[in-house]
Amino acid sequence: MQISGAQMVIEAFIAEGVTTVFGYPGGAIMNVYDEIYKQDGFEHILTRHEQAAIHAAEGYAKASGKVGVAMITSGPGFTNAVTGLADAYMDSIPLVVISGQVPMSLIGTDGFQEIDAIGISRPCTKHNYLVTDAKDLPRILKEAFYIANSGRPGPVHVDIPKDVTAQIEEFNYDIELDLETYKPHTRGNPRQIKKAMEAIAKARRPLFYLGGGIINSNASYEVRALVQKTQIPAVETFMARGVLAHDDPHLISMLGMHGSYAANMAMSETDLVIALGARFDDRVTGKLSEFAKNADVIHVDIDPASISKLVNADYPIVGDVKSVVNDMLESADIVDPTRYEGWRETISNFDELHPLTYYEDSERIKPQWVIERVGQLLGDDANISTDVGQHQMWAAQFYPYTRPRQWISSGGLGTMGFGFPAAMGVKVASPDKISINFTGDGSILMNCQELMTAVEKKIPVINIILNNNYLGMVRQWQTLFYDKRHSETDLSVQPDFVKLSEAFGGIGYRVTTKEEFDAALKDAVEKNIVAFIDVVVERHENVMPMVPAGGSLFNMMLLEKKETK
Amino acid sequence: MTESNERRVVSVIVVNEASVLSRITNLFSGRGYNITSLTVAPIPDSKYSRLTIVTAGSVRVIEQITKQLHKLIPVLRVYEHCDMVEKEMALVKFPVTENLTDIDTLCRAYNGKIVNSSENVVIAMVADEPHRVDNFLSVIKRYNPKEIVRSGAVALER
Repeated sequence: MQISGAQMVIEAFIAEGVTTVFGYPGGAIMNVYDEIYKQDGFEHILTRHEQAAIHAAEGYAKASGKVGVAMITSGPGFTNAVTGLADAYMDSIPLVVISGQVPMSLIGTDGFQEIDAIGISRPCTKHNYLVTDAKDLPRILKEAFYIANSGRPGPVHVDIPKDVTAQIEEFNYDIELDLETYKPHTRGNPRQIKKAMEAIAKARRPLFYLGGGIINSNASYEVRALVQKTQIPAVETFMARGVLAHDDPHLISMLGMHGSYAANMAMSETDLVIALGARFDDRVTGKLSEFAKNADVIHVDIDPASISKLVNADYPIVGDVKSVVNDMLESADIVDPTRYEGWRETISNFDELHPLTYYEDSERIKPQWVIERVGQLLGDDANISTDVGQHQMWAAQFYPYTRPRQWISSGGLGTMGFGFPAAMGVKVASPDKISINFTGDGSILMNCQELMTAVEKKIPVINIILNNNYLGMVRQWQTLFYDKRHSETDLSVQPDFVKLSEAFGGIGYRVTTKEEFDAALKDAVEKNIVAFIDVVVERHENVMPMVPAGGSLFNMMLLEKKETK
Repeated sequence: MTESNERRVVSVIVVNEASVLSRITNLFSGRGYNITSLTVAPIPDSKYSRLTIVTAGSVRVIEQITKQLHKLIPVLRVYEHCDMVEKEMALVKFPVTENLTDIDTLCRAYNGKIVNSSENVVIAMVADEPHRVDNFLSVIKRYNPKEIVRSGAVALER
């Protein structure tokens, strides 16, 4: 059929099964918005900032496993979206982002709202396109969806000039993709897998190092089976929370800069690291030369460039984690689980020595208590998003995760302002679960305009602000490493968060006691509209334990021991 | 694993399409790799181009460069050369008043000759291995070259 470029975008979305598009209109993308007005194949959610549109699409993608879709205009619309693209790129989140561009005849003339969008998005996308002819549009859109969600997932950006969206051409989406240069590996090499299993059977102190790739590959339940069968202890990265259930006896905890003592000590003492979909990020490894110093490394990853990038892999296996773990399960009989009993005991001794905990030694509510309390009250019924800072680390440490895709947070880029819009996307993708955003008094102001979106579209995100009147994580580093010079981190002056939420039509609570918190949370869940719960917490609490940047994992700053919990 | 910064030659086959070259050069600058020289030309009768990149780095860095290049969607193949034939061309402009016989003899020793002459200058070309081109360029200094241009290397695995 002969249709315009703008109609092609709509048709392609429908063919790809897109049900929700997050976006913000503007001059160069108006032809497409005109077609959005006319169609009823998917819902468009108008965010109040382009950055939030991308984060919402990310939250949607992370919670659903589907490609998140966002649409923005040229120039400032696009540049506002760049942070979101970079965030999705760092955390391997599948997105297709469509931006408008000035007409072809104006490209290169410094036209109104013109910017070299694909030049800017190149280093922060998996791939990008400038569409110069509507004839190419069906193929490009089909490639975009395929590339975004295959191999190591990531954002794909498609920049479409205004005259191309007006151009009328033949549309046929039923085409075979011919991507001769892009063929991601999926099956791992069987001989390498066999060798790896033999190494596991021979190891004395093996350790699973579980990464976010497991969640991307939907392999959590296969990994659970492998852990169960071999009874080898496991640590999770920040991105992998929920791969194992919190009460799985083989799960030690999160490792890394704010990982538990036991997790970091296990990594320091293991003789065989079994890395599944993890990329040895500096926040995980600490000082590289001291990381798992006496261990061989099995590294399973779909991205060949992740293997031996930072830590040399003795058993490199390029492949999709799900397929490789299934193959590993097949030959797991050669592993004798009783062999690691002593090793498991060593680890539980580490955990007894310095458990992940905190002390109730303040008049004010402890921030960790809030996380634990929400865990007790909502547990599996909630999906947890976060912003970035101390609250984020406490949420990673203390929430009892039970399933993959329950935990949605900005790991690689560490984007403040991610949480609220992401939690909206999560709620849209997963309406039966309560969508919680743990945030801080710093982060929440970075995308608080999304109150309007949440009110308009009735997306009942509960934002729990752990309010310490500080940019807490920076304040913590200043306290520890800058001789308590709290430069520009004191947020004593702040809005009335209750009124702020109410001004948009949401609800707000200010909470200073535990009883008030329970009541506020209960009320917010019942009212089922967007809420701010402003919790006044202890101001000077630090996230512990902590491996100082560049330090060794076994050299942690630990919580000072006290008599009472 | 050696950490010394060795000179390496990498050939990359890419789809001929807009902005593919900037994808490659962005990757080098974004990840802090060096480009010593870069030569690009289309492969005849195909939709591909071939790039020859001369770079330097440790074994680990070169391995990363190869893998990261391969990750780019329009990249078909990446070769890290070890046993190759490598050539580079140079053009040099000399004043016509210099000893042209000497210059011509030197050029011939490096697979070259004088290729153009005009009222005031001659242009000589040589084509040889890059280190031999280095030699040539240092030898001809005494003939007061006015302008020198090098092509960057091309290489084929034996």
